[in-house]
Amino acid sequence: MKAFLMYRDQDFDVQQKLPWNEQALTQDLELTTLLDAMALGDKFIWDVARRAVLLSVHDVDTIRYRQDILNDCVKNPAIVRDLYAIAVEAIERERKVFWTFFRDMPHTILHRAVEVLELFVGALKKLRQIADEHGQKFASAGFSALFAMLKAELGDDYFARVENHLRELRFRGGALISAELGRGNKGTNYRLRKRAEKKQTWMERIFVRKPPAYTYRIPERDENGPRYLAELQDRGINLVANALAQSTDHILSFFTMLRTELAFYVGCVNLHEQLGQLGEPTCLPVPVAPRERRHSYKRLYDVCLALSMKQKVVGNDGNGDKRDLVIITGANQGGKSVFLRSIGLAQLMLQCGMFAPAEAFCANICEGLFTHYKREEDTTMESGKFDEELSRMSEIVEHITPNAMLLLNESFAATNEREGSEIARQIVSALLEKRIKVFFVTHLYEFAHGFCDKEMGNAIFLRAERQADGGRTFKLIEGKPLETSYGEDLYKRIFGTDN
Amino acid sequence: MTFHSILFENTEDSIIKETLEAPVFFVDLNLDQIIDTITAGKQEYNLTPFFYSPLNDSDAIKCRHEIFRDLENKGLFENIGSFAQKMRAVRDHLAQAEKLYYKYQKERWFLEAVEIYCDAVTCLMQDLSLADLKSRGFVHFRDYVATYAQSEGFTSVLAETKQLLADLSSVHYSLLIKGNAVTVQKYESESDYSVEVEHTFEKFKQGAVKDYRVKFSSSPDMNHVEAAILDLLAKLYPDIFTYLDEYCAKNATYLDATIATFDREIQFYVAYLEYLGIFTRAGLKFCYPEISGTCKAVYDYEGFDLALADKLIRERASVVCNDFYLQDKERIFVVTGPNQGGKTTFARTFGQLHFLASLGCPVPGREARLFLFDRLFTHFEKEEDIRNLRGRLEDDLVRIHDILNHATSNSIIILNESFTATTLRDAIFLSTRVLERILRLDLLCVCVTFIDELASLSEKTVSVVAEVAPDNPAVRTYKIMRRSADGVAYALSIAQKYRLTYECVKERLQS
Repeated sequence: MKAFLMYRDQDFDVQQKLPWNEQALTQDLELTTLLDAMALGDKFIWDVARRAVLLSVHDVDTIRYRQDILNDCVKNPAIVRDLYAIAVEAIERERKVFWTFFRDMPHTILHRAVEVLELFVGALKKLRQIADEHGQKFASAGFSALFAMLKAELGDDYFARVENHLRELRFRGGALISAELGRGNKGTNYRLRKRAEKKQTWMERIFVRKPPAYTYRIPERDENGPRYLAELQDRGINLVANALAQSTDHILSFFTMLRTELAFYVGCVNLHEQLGQLGEPTCLPVPVAPRERRHSYKRLYDVCLALSMKQKVVGNDGNGDKRDLVIITGANQGGKSVFLRSIGLAQLMLQCGMFAPAEAFCANICEGLFTHYKREEDTTMESGKFDEELSRMSEIVEHITPNAMLLLNESFAATNEREGSEIARQIVSALLEKRIKVFFVTHLYEFAHGFCDKEMGNAIFLRAERQADGGRTFKLIEGKPLETSYGEDLYKRIFGTDN
Repeated sequence: MTFHSILFENTEDSIIKETLEAPVFFVDLNLDQIIDTITAGKQEYNLTPFFYSPLNDSDAIKCRHEIFRDLENKGLFENIGSFAQKMRAVRDHLAQAEKLYYKYQKERWFLEAVEIYCDAVTCLMQDLSLADLKSRGFVHFRDYVATYAQSEGFTSVLAETKQLLADLSSVHYSLLIKGNAVTVQKYESESDYSVEVEHTFEKFKQGAVKDYRVKFSSSPDMNHVEAAILDLLAKLYPDIFTYLDEYCAKNATYLDATIATFDREIQFYVAYLEYLGIFTRAGLKFCYPEISGTCKAVYDYEGFDLALADKLIRERASVVCNDFYLQDKERIFVVTGPNQGGKTTFARTFGQLHFLASLGCPVPGREARLFLFDRLFTHFEKEEDIRNLRGRLEDDLVRIHDILNHATSNSIIILNESFTATTLRDAIFLSTRVLERILRLDLLCVCVTFIDELASLSEKTVSVVAEVAPDNPAVRTYKIMRRSADGVAYALSIAQKYRLTYECVKERLQS
C-alpha cells in the first residue's frame, strides 16, 4: 500500500540528496521565510516542505499531477488536515507503546507488535471511513487512487482476518511448535505452527486413534523449569514475532509516508491561506518542457517579501519567451534584487508542484537552479573577495548542465569594472552557448552594454524604473542599461541635498 | 614394511627425542622466536620437541626433504589441511561429549565425532590415492591408510554411523506448550504461522525493515526441560534411541593409533611450510640444502635471518639478503665493520641455516650446501653488570673453555663479540689464542669481532665486512662482503663527507 501523492508511481524519497547548493539557494532566495509560513510551527511540515521545494522535479507530468492534488486540497482543507492528523496520531501513539529496557525476547516483541497492530487497525479504519464518506469530493488522480486503494485493500473481511490473528497470537490455547533434532540431539528449527481447527464428531473422537503423545509437567517446586519452557516457546515464536513486528514497521512506514506526502500539501494550504489574507494573487503556473525557453508572468511578486512585510508588494509583468539572457540594471534599491529573488522563488514553487506568486506564470522547467550572489567578505578566509567569487563560480561551473538556470547578483564586482566585465563576458558567453538560462543583476556597465550592442535577439534588458522626480516604483521595465546607476539619488535621500 | 611415523624411520627415535629441552643456543640464535612463531596456534600438537631435535643422519634429512617436496604440491597440502581440521573437530566433539551431562546428548556428540573421523579417513584415503607421491614416507602411509580404510572394522563403523544419523534426522516432532506442561508428539504437517502472518500483511510491505529475530545462545548445554523432552522423544521413537545406546557401547575404541600419530606429526611439516609462506610471499627464497657430514665447503646464496626478516616484513621494511661461501681450507668467517651493520645478523643466519638444515627443513636462500654438525655452540655477549669487568671476562673465558672442551672437528662455533670486557691488548691476545685452538680443531666457525687482526690470522680465516653506502657512510647497507677488514676506510669515508680528509683539509687551507 502506497500513498503516491507526490509521484504517480513512486514514494517521496526523504533520503534523496539535496542539491549541492541547497545552502546557497536557501540563503539567496530567503527560503526560510517561505518554509516558516508553510509550516506554521509544525517542524515536520517544515522539513518536508524544504525537501520538496529544493528537490525540484523536471517533468511536466509530475508537476501537473501535484497541481491537481493541490487543487483538491485547497478546496477541501479540513478533510486533508483530518487525514494528516490521523497519520500523525497513529505515529505518535506507536511511539508511546512500551518497549522493555532489557534485552527483548520474542514474546515481548510479539506482545508489543500485537498491541501496536490493534492501534493501527483503529487508524486504518478511520482512513477507510474518510474514503467512504468524502472520496467523491476529490477529483485529482492522486486522491482518487488513494481512496480507491483504501476501500479495496481495507475491507471488513480483511480487518476480521487481522483481528483473528491478533487473538490467536495471545496463545490462550497453548502454542504448537515443531522441531527437529540438531547437534548433540538438541532441538532445533523451532517453528510456530497453526493449530488445525479440528471439528470432530463425537464418533470420530471415540473411534479415530489418536497419535501417541507424552506430556511433561513441570513440578511445583521447580523454579527454573517454567523459564526454560518459556525459552523454548520463545524460540518457536521467534520468526512469527519477527514477521509481526516487521509488519507493524511496514504499516508504520505507510503512515509515515502518508504523513510526509500530506505534509507538503498541508504546508501549501497554509501558505495559500496566508497569501489570500494579504490579498496577494496566486495561480497554478504553466510548466513547459526544459528545452523550450519560456518566461512570462503577470504581477509576479516576491512571496518572501510579502510574507515578511505582511502586506501586498509590488509585482512585475514581463515576457521573456525565447530569451536565454536577462540582464537587469538600474538604480540601487530599485527592486532589482527583489525581482531576481521572485524569479528564483517562482521557479522553485513551480517545480515542486505548488502555485506561483503571480496572477499568471509560465516558464520552462530548468534542470537545476543556481545562484551566484555577492557575499559579505568573510574575514576568516585567506583568499580575497575576488578569489572567493571566482572559486564559487568555478564550483557552479563544475555542477551546471544545459537547460539549467543561473541567477547572478552583482557578481564579479570585487575587482575593477573592466576586469569584472571581461570575466563576466567570457563566462556568460560560454554559458549561453551551453544553453543555460542566465538572469544577471549587474552594475558592470561595460559588460551589460557589450551584450546590448550585439543585438543577439535571445537577450532581454530590464531596468529598475525611475520616475522623473527621482522616486522609485520598484518596478522593472524593459530598457537598455544606462551608464550611471542611481546611487546619487540614494545618496541624496540619505544624506539630504544640503551639501 | 609397516608404517609407523612420518617423522622418524624407527619408533625408538621419537620416544627419546620428545624428552628434550630447548637447546642452549636457541636464545642466542633467536631460534626460540622462530620456533614460537612456527608452532603458534598449534599447541594442541605439542610440536616443539620435534623442533628441538636435530637429526644426525643425512638420509633421515633426505627423507624429510622428500616429504616437504610432496607437500609443496598445493593440492596435497590442502588435503592434509582439511584432514587436520576434521581431526581437530573430532577432538572438540569428544571433549564436548565429556563435558555434557545427559546421556542421549553425550551419545549424539560421540556419534558425530565418529562420523567426522570416518569422513576424515575416507577423504584422506581418496586424496592420497589420487596424489602424485614421491616421498618414501607418504608412499608408505598411503598404503597403510588404504588397508585400514578397507578393513572390516572401519567399514562397519562407517555404515552404522550413517544409518544412525539418518534415523535421528528423521525425527520431526511438535511441542504443545500450555501453562507448565509440554506435550510431545510427532509433527503432522501443520502450517507455518509466520508465513501466514507475512501473507496477511504483505500489502503494507514498504522496503527494508529491522530484523527483529532474537539470536539464541547456541551453547551445546541442555537444561532439564530439554532433557525431559528428549527422554519423551526416546519413548516416541524407541528403536532409534536403543540403537544409539548400543552403538556407543560397541564403538568406544574407534580411533586408530597410527592415524592419530600421523595427524600430529604431519603438522611439523605443515607448520614449517605455513611459516615459510610469510617469506615467499615477500619474495624471499628457500631451498633444500645439500647436506654433507664430511665436506666443509659450505655456502648459501641470498640467505637471511628468519627472525629478523619476519619482523621486517611485519613492519613492511625491506629485507637484505647475504651470500657466503667457504672453499678449500677456509673454515672461519671473521666479521668486522660498523656497529648496527648486520654483523650479528650474519652470524645468526649462519647458525639458523645449519640448525634448520639439521631438522630436515628447507632453508633461506637460493642455493645452499650445509654441514651436518654434531654439535652447535654459541658464545654471545651477555647482558650483565658492566662494572664487574673481571667477573665478566672470567665468565666469558669459562664458557669458551667449556665449549672448546666439548667441540669436535664436526662442531660449529659461533662467537659474537667475545672479550669486549677487557683492554684491546687483552682482547687481541685472548681472541688470537682461542681462534688458534679453533683453527687446530678445523671446525666451522663464525667470529664477530672488532679486532681487525683476527681477519688475517690464517689461510683458514675469511674476512667479511659489514658495508656502508659509499656516498654516505652513515647509511648501513646490511650487506656483508668478502674483503679485507678495513676499519680505516670506514673512518676515511666519514671524514670525506665532512671534507676533513688530509686532501680536503689541505685544499681548504690553500684558499
